[in-house]
Amino acid sequence: MQVMTELFARIFGDGLSPVGLLVAGGLTMALVMSLVMALCAIVFTWAERKVAGFIQSRYGPMRVGRWHGVLQPVADMVKILGKEDIIPRDADKRLFQLAPFVIFVGSLMAWAAIPFAPGFIAADLDLGLFYIFAVSSAASIGILMAGWASNNKWSLYGAVRGVAQGVSYEIPLALACIPVVMITGSLNMNDIVIAQQGGIWRWHFLHDPFLFVSFLLYFVASIAEVNRGPFDLPETESELVAGYHTEYTGMRFAFFFLAEYANLFLVSCIATAVFLGGWQPVFGPVFLPGLVFVTKAVLLVLLQMWLRWTLPRLRVDQLMHVCWKVMVPLALVCVLGAGIWMLATGQAG
Amino acid sequence: MSETATGRGWAEQDVRRELHSELLEINMGPQHPATHGVLRLLVRTDGEIVHGVTAHIGYLHRCAEKIAEGCDWRQWMVYTDRFDYLAPINMNFGYAVAVERMLGVQVPERAEHIRVICAELQRIASHLIAIGTFGLDMGAWTPLLYCFREREEILNILERLTGGRMLYNYFDIGGLRFDAYEGFERDVLDFVNIMEQKIPEYDTLLSYNKIFIERTADVGVIDVATCRAYGCTGPVLRGAGVPFDCRKDDPYSIYDRFEFDIPYGEGEQGTVGDCWDRYMVRMREMYESCRIIRQAVDALPGGPVKAEDLKKLVKVPQGSLYTRTESSKGEIGYHIFADGGSKPFRTKVRSPSFSNLHVIEKVGPGMMLSDLVATVGSLDIVLGEIDR
Repeated sequence: MQVMTELFARIFGDGLSPVGLLVAGGLTMALVMSLVMALCAIVFTWAERKVAGFIQSRYGPMRVGRWHGVLQPVADMVKILGKEDIIPRDADKRLFQLAPFVIFVGSLMAWAAIPFAPGFIAADLDLGLFYIFAVSSAASIGILMAGWASNNKWSLYGAVRGVAQGVSYEIPLALACIPVVMITGSLNMNDIVIAQQGGIWRWHFLHDPFLFVSFLLYFVASIAEVNRGPFDLPETESELVAGYHTEYTGMRFAFFFLAEYANLFLVSCIATAVFLGGWQPVFGPVFLPGLVFVTKAVLLVLLQMWLRWTLPRLRVDQLMHVCWKVMVPLALVCVLGAGIWMLATGQAG
Repeated sequence: MSETATGRGWAEQDVRRELHSELLEINMGPQHPATHGVLRLLVRTDGEIVHGVTAHIGYLHRCAEKIAEGCDWRQWMVYTDRFDYLAPINMNFGYAVAVERMLGVQVPERAEHIRVICAELQRIASHLIAIGTFGLDMGAWTPLLYCFREREEILNILERLTGGRMLYNYFDIGGLRFDAYEGFERDVLDFVNIMEQKIPEYDTLLSYNKIFIERTADVGVIDVATCRAYGCTGPVLRGAGVPFDCRKDDPYSIYDRFEFDIPYGEGEQGTVGDCWDRYMVRMREMYESCRIIRQAVDALPGGPVKAEDLKKLVKVPQGSLYTRTESSKGEIGYHIFADGGSKPFRTKVRSPSFSNLHVIEKVGPGMMLSDLVATVGSLDIVLGEIDR
């Protein structure tokens, strides 16, 4: 937001009051973030099809837009805009209409605290990391609303699974980030990135063995958190047809889709900022910070796509088993280990 | 992990009384991605745990057996194609053998060899779909596409041979409709060479994947007693550890001349007769089919492909005969009653998937919803053959 406020200050000079600057900067930033989110959803739907095609020895979309179907997402969007908005007769109309937006807003809010580049952060909160985990939990409410309001048994199954999974995996997700917070001594996303200055060896995931394990735990938990394969139980096409968004059509369905891909990018961005040095390059001075950040996050997204199209899916009890009996204890061990490491190496204040 | 899945050990009855809860009845199908066709499973569940399954079939019933009474003996071959549309040649084979035995016709050597080659190619194609869709039921998309890649090669060969890609109508009473095209042997051998290299690829991608084993080992165990009670045959029976195969135990055509083994489940990753065993039996059968094809191509003689002493309108002498052959799904039996005329008096088809499917009602209760999908997938049913 600093970048924006400074920009406005430069344009308007003294014409805008500090409050006006804040409002203008905030609004612009919100707009930019929404655009980034929509854009990443568009790019990733195309990328996912191409990645899937590449893995499955086929082409994926090839027609729309001449070169490798680059305009396919646009065509899809036009199609989806033209679809009828169907609400099942026995559905709870209010909840049904509201659910996609609850999910969407939850993930949109989390974007506010992602530091894309020095100063390029919508809300430079002292509790940034905490804030992100807090608002992204809202998605679980949206999922339950969608599943319950649809009045469809399969949707309800998907919703219950989705909420159980989302709530469970938030715990290892947050626990895996705690060692980083201990080292940095801050929950501020900017501070966390700045603490990783000075090349790849200063990045948190290479700080000590416990942090490396934490990073892996975070990565696995984040895939489960965004309900993607091999943890795509809420949507399990072969069991639940399409999970909690079975009954949705048109733009409401698109919002679920948009939120899924935005979340996919979001968790990768958090991983980048917290563990992979944020905008810091592999070596040398800071150079094109925004591009460095996005590149790292996109690589993580591609890794998630690779996993999705390679691995079979877990069963629901196995999923819970992995979370509560493996990942949570391991994350706690990592917190303890990182603390001991800090004491031993004299980093503890 | 599997103890938690069954949900045994809680005082379930007490819990239900307190909460006044009841079982959820839910329809899986007839339009559902996991039921492999138009099958409706009525599932009674308590959350994720299945308490009862009832299979409702008949959505694809086309009166094929009754139609036979209005066709002459050769004409009905077309309808046998439509039973198991993923392995029509195996269906043709059974009917052809049945009528030929009743007629006492000697099929020319060349025709027998080409029949065996086609049947084994078809078996591989059918197993590829079984394996691919089973992977899909587990959430693994990619193996399906890889399986289809190899299946495509088989379809290309069969298309060049018969003109059809799905329903071939290639077999005829007393032989084949026409001879193989030039270069058929080379195409088949090329394919077999590729296929044998691809099987290890599936193994690394799917068979020995840790998640896949977790999902399939110890799941949906069907033991020998259950198989016997329900009349299960084919990979389901062999998965339960019984090396029974009509090709070996009740030889037809020229299968007794070839050397091949019968793979059976040994409980490698869990219990004998679990989903993984059934899956692996199919995987290994593809190897064995490749072996048979090699031998058949090596021994392929020249000569006619039709029995010459047969009239266009055959008349089967009075009597009845049950003939069984091994399709990719199990024992396909044709019980034919002839009254000496040019049309069958009555035909009864014993279809393997029909018997295999209904095991689900026995093994279903107690498993989780995901396991139910896995078990149905591992049975490899084709509704066209169940309903006929």
